[in-house]
Amino acid sequence: MLARLGAARSGGLLALALAVALLPLALGNQYLYDVAILVGLNAIVCVGLNLLIGYAGQISLGHAGFFALGGYGSAILAVRYGWPPLATLPVSVGSVTLLAFLIGRPILRLKGHYLAMATLGLGVIITVVLATADRFTGGPDGMSVPPLALFGRALAGERAWYWLVGALLLACVWLALNLVESPRGRALRALHGSEVAAEMIGIDSARHKLAVFVLSAGLAAAAGGLTAHYSGFITPSQGSFLRSIELVTMVVFGGMASTFGAVVGAAVLTTLPQLLTPLKDYEMVVFGAVMMFTMIFMPRGIVPTLAALFKPRTRG
Amino acid sequence: MSLLRAEGLSKEFGGVHAVQALEFAIQPGVVFSIIGPNGAGKTTLLNLITGIYRPSAGRIWLEERELTGLAPHRFAAAGIGRTFQNLQIFFNMSALENVMAGRYLHERCGLAAAMLRLPGLARAERACRDEARELLALVGLERYAEEASEGMPYGALKRLEIARALAARPRLLLLDEPAAGLNPTETQEIDRLIQRLAARGVTVVLVEHNMRLVMGVSDRVLVLDYGRKLAEGDAESVRRDPRVIEAYLGAEARDA
Repeated sequence: MLARLGAARSGGLLALALAVALLPLALGNQYLYDVAILVGLNAIVCVGLNLLIGYAGQISLGHAGFFALGGYGSAILAVRYGWPPLATLPVSVGSVTLLAFLIGRPILRLKGHYLAMATLGLGVIITVVLATADRFTGGPDGMSVPPLALFGRALAGERAWYWLVGALLLACVWLALNLVESPRGRALRALHGSEVAAEMIGIDSARHKLAVFVLSAGLAAAAGGLTAHYSGFITPSQGSFLRSIELVTMVVFGGMASTFGAVVGAAVLTTLPQLLTPLKDYEMVVFGAVMMFTMIFMPRGIVPTLAALFKPRTRG
Repeated sequence: MSLLRAEGLSKEFGGVHAVQALEFAIQPGVVFSIIGPNGAGKTTLLNLITGIYRPSAGRIWLEERELTGLAPHRFAAAGIGRTFQNLQIFFNMSALENVMAGRYLHERCGLAAAMLRLPGLARAERACRDEARELLALVGLERYAEEASEGMPYGALKRLEIARALAARPRLLLLDEPAAGLNPTETQEIDRLIQRLAARGVTVVLVEHNMRLVMGVSDRVLVLDYGRKLAEGDAESVRRDPRVIEAYLGAEARDA
């Protein structure tokens, strides 16, 4: 089964690469490209968030905060300080990562509902700061963000962005899959399974929780920065509580402890509202109904449920 | 030199003395059993010598190294492994992965190395998997290797915990009621397993209620009562100790 597991992993990666490569054939107009790019950016956040929630078993209801900070950091450095746009992104992501490290240390001592409350509070604080520090952020109305420029040439057009985001998503998925199947990934799953037993085989649970929290925050910040430069505009709502919930929902919907599940969850929950727009007022009702029925009939999420369905029955 | 040594070890929970001023030393290579009536402080003692509880007073050494006050994972790194009275299986992993996780201390790698799956890591992973399989075979669970641990029977999970603890190659292995809830056949398997471990040179600390198991495998027995040491000695002398008989069966049994 382990050999098959390895095959499933590279098979899944290949399938995802094919999907990214072939999808443009189906993308007839710029609007569809736009949706695909947003799917990719959300998927990058979800792959990281899934490492934290699905594998390490730690909740965060404030990850949209890191997403927004990544965007604002890059935007503020570029607009208010005139930094070249290619330098702003890494500095912004690095700063958010450092922030996550400093905040994560005290916060991750909490468990379960308490951790949920603390991360929720963190997200709310970030949104409030972004909305009130209007000298830097433009306040509740947001601010415009210059395009990303590579060696003097601005990265423009949906097609270019599509390939950039697609390549980054594939890289993130590959890195996440490797991590999960490594001793460190087992350590994360172990502390999810039983923290006391994990400690008893030598796993420093606090250190591992912090590392995966920082990693997922960094990925959220990177995706947030890219999103800001791509859309050319950013508002505090990018870091809102609802947005945090949306990200967690994508992870749970696609399937916890499944990297491909995170991608599928992001894809479905990003495109579904677009598909439902013709329903106008009933959009959210249908959206909610789809969510409820999926979770009732596939409580483990889409990808793990389907995987179990198609797995050859070897067990007696 | 003794492998583990405790001096004046005490643990108090809001005025209740769960363990009081315990002194003992465990010699390398022995099977050392801790027995006592319910509530005598056996599990508290195990939690003290694995760092899960911080002692209210007293000190703990593993050989010449003092461990008092360190985090549990440091006790593990120093060479102390354990199983749990109430199972603490990683139910989100297969049986084999549970044992592979136990190899953590010997498999450490950086975050970047793990994410980039550097070539050395793939080799180490194969070795880790092979060793985990051997350990599953040692405890008689090879047929469960690929199974989700969730679906395994209780007796098998008890042995899976032992295999996982062994994977860390502990110098001192603490077994907290390994036979609790097992039928006589399964208990015999645990008995044989402990003897195999002793033969491999693993020092075993056994907390157990099954007296036949304890008396059969132990080189030395520590009897606790109300958190204090009631008696200590080889199995035979403890069995005959009138204080032990009284604690277990009451004064009438002694007088009868």
